[in-house]
Amino acid sequence: MQLLLTTLLLVAPDWVVSLTRERRPNLFWAEYIVWPLIQIVIVIFIVLTLVAYLTYLERKVSAFIQARLGPMRVGPWGLLQPLADGIKLLLKEDIVPIKADRAVFLIAPVISVVAALVVLSVIPWGAGWATIANVNIGLLFVLAVSSVGVLGLVLAGWSSNSKYSLLGALRSSAQMVSYEIGMGLSIIGALMFARTLSMSGIIDAQQTDTLWGLGYFLYQPLGVLVYLTSALGETNRAPFDLPEAESELVAGYHTEYSGFRWALFFMAEYASMIVTAAVAVTVFFGGWYFPGLGLVKNPTLYVFLSVVIYALKIAALLYAYMWFRWTWPRYRYDQLMELGWKWMIPAGLANIVLTGVWYVLALPKAQGGVFGLMHEEKGRLIPTKFSGIAYFVVTGLFVTIPIVWGLLANINRRSRDFNLHEQRQLQMQLRRERLEKMLQQPASSQATEGVQ
Amino acid sequence: MQEQPIVKQETLFDAEEMVLNMGPQHPSTHGVLRVILKLDGETVIGLDCDIGFLHRGVEKIGEHDTYAMITPYWDRLDYVAAVSNDLCYVEGVEKLLQVEVPKRAEYLRVVLTELQRIASHLLWLGTHAMDIGAVTVLLYCFREREEILKIFEDFIGARLTAHAFRIGGLWWDAYPEFEKRVRDFLKILPGRIDEYETLLNANRIWLQRTVGIGILPAEEAINLSLTGPPLRGSGVKYDVRKAQPYSAYSDFQFEIPVGENGDTYDRYLVRMEEMKQSALIIEQALDGLPEGPVMAKVPKLIKPPVGDVYHSIEAPKGELGVYMVSDGTGKPYRMRIRPPSYINLQSLKRMSIGHLVADVVALIGTLDIVLGEVDR
Repeated sequence: MQLLLTTLLLVAPDWVVSLTRERRPNLFWAEYIVWPLIQIVIVIFIVLTLVAYLTYLERKVSAFIQARLGPMRVGPWGLLQPLADGIKLLLKEDIVPIKADRAVFLIAPVISVVAALVVLSVIPWGAGWATIANVNIGLLFVLAVSSVGVLGLVLAGWSSNSKYSLLGALRSSAQMVSYEIGMGLSIIGALMFARTLSMSGIIDAQQTDTLWGLGYFLYQPLGVLVYLTSALGETNRAPFDLPEAESELVAGYHTEYSGFRWALFFMAEYASMIVTAAVAVTVFFGGWYFPGLGLVKNPTLYVFLSVVIYALKIAALLYAYMWFRWTWPRYRYDQLMELGWKWMIPAGLANIVLTGVWYVLALPKAQGGVFGLMHEEKGRLIPTKFSGIAYFVVTGLFVTIPIVWGLLANINRRSRDFNLHEQRQLQMQLRRERLEKMLQQPASSQATEGVQ
Repeated sequence: MQEQPIVKQETLFDAEEMVLNMGPQHPSTHGVLRVILKLDGETVIGLDCDIGFLHRGVEKIGEHDTYAMITPYWDRLDYVAAVSNDLCYVEGVEKLLQVEVPKRAEYLRVVLTELQRIASHLLWLGTHAMDIGAVTVLLYCFREREEILKIFEDFIGARLTAHAFRIGGLWWDAYPEFEKRVRDFLKILPGRIDEYETLLNANRIWLQRTVGIGILPAEEAINLSLTGPPLRGSGVKYDVRKAQPYSAYSDFQFEIPVGENGDTYDRYLVRMEEMKQSALIIEQALDGLPEGPVMAKVPKLIKPPVGDVYHSIEAPKGELGVYMVSDGTGKPYRMRIRPPSYINLQSLKRMSIGHLVADVVALIGTLDIVLGEVDR
């Protein structure tokens, strides 16, 4: 039984590929219609199941953080809870408010969920055939399509004809637009090293460029920080979950939604969480590669292991997202905008400039570089083993971050939320001085002050 | 407060203020408070509280029930601090009757009331933190509150609406393990409070959300007749337990924590410190717990002499007072309640204007109102 299963799992995909390739007359259909369709169905099915179980995981993780058990009733350890939830939501009445803009109200959740799911097509789930579409502008595609999702939220909030929905939609559109900029800027540093926008290309580049293929996070610590923060904002996760801030806006843009349309918003949120985590893993954490994977010689096993590694890396990031959500309070709207525009975007810009400087300085001497810590290999510029790698790690961690921190701290010194403790001390001192002045004055003048 | 004239700014688009109804069905108005907000974008430019959704006419009911029958209604005023409410009413009637309560009963009352203060502050901390977004703190606080409620359940027989005290003392003496269980709870409490403070005190976001929000200078706090933690947060050292010691409070050593800035963060610090002080009081009361009866000699039918009385205690929310007029019959001629939440709620408008919607939620939390008490 086990043997059969292993054979099926390990050989079947190769067999399908070879079958489609050997039958010449049907090449077009096999290459462009049948096999992609199979891949699409598998990915959608797996991701939607993952999304369902992500909600389960969120409830379990939050429960364990909060010293309780979480769902336990449906199935062993509540494992069938997502299924029960899905059935419940499907059977619920789909209420459309009378004063809502009906057509827009109905289509808004669809826009959200489609935008979130389309992005999945260019995610490299693993090596070889596990990559569905190796588009040469993959990363650009991800950023472009995922920003369409905002449209769904805005339309939902506007068409609901409810004040809470409108406020939620306004918040989410402003937030997602501003954090998208930070997100886009933060990955450019890594792209300078990779010199490609193709998702698979970036992963391949990291294997040659970085130490043991660990990933660009070694050279781009600031980029990683900015990306992860912006990704939290982009996906409306806590501490940036203002659009749906329960304690303020009831439920934000989806206040008026019920039944499965509400579930679609939920699915979109979790799917976009998976997407942003996948992009982070692809760009910064080495994608589906892990030191030692190169030792595996069986191509099918290699692909399977790569898929597993990719999934584990994404899971680790998703766990971190949940951890943040259940530990931190929520930002206020103006503070969120301040963080986005005064910290994330300038940090992203400074990161690009500084990375560019380090990169140019390290170019081979023949190309005008100063240190000559890179060499050309197979048509790509690669940091020379150890000296070049050490140079980029040191500049990234110990030069870029202090410079950017000093710069931003100076710029934001007078911002309201920066040095809270100093401000508090100052206010206390002022109050004390006023009190002392009041006490020194004669009693009669105090009385007249009181009347005024 | 004087109404500030709203200067209409010339904008590119035709700007209009939005009126937003927050509540009575809203997750963070702590019950059925309706707050009418006038918004310019997200900035609050006008605020009005609409109360009375939970009005039950407790004061009027008081005129129709005998003195002993009224006590359970007091449990339902501030329903998260029922024991404190009972203390206020029962002591008021005792003052009217001029009954001397046995020492042991006084001490046990202090223990229960201070436990209730800790429970009430824990509930406040949890909901306040949840309003600001830190959901986990709520569950942690409920874990400790549960311990207190279990102690109550075994002593009194009820968890929430604990009909704890009788006129003249206590109905039952403490059960044998009572002292040990309270001491066990006091042992775990400091560590748990540290846990909340680790989650919140050093948290940048928590500081950003609370420091400098809803600043209320001392003079204004007094003018608004605030009491309890909101007043002490503004730096006024006023606590009924020290100012007019009632029950056995004059026997115990404790500090009154005061803030300096009068902002949300100060009120938070004051309440956290109060929990620690309450634990100290309980420990002293348990150490000095005298032996003896727990019930004074009180007639079955309570008929106080003609006269009136005002008695107030330091409830978790502030100064809770009762004014009673007796006409010599078994029922009070008039019973008037001074609810701290109702009076503290006045300051919401003063604190909110100029802040954002999110701050209004934090400010409702920092006042620690209970609608059962506001509406009566």
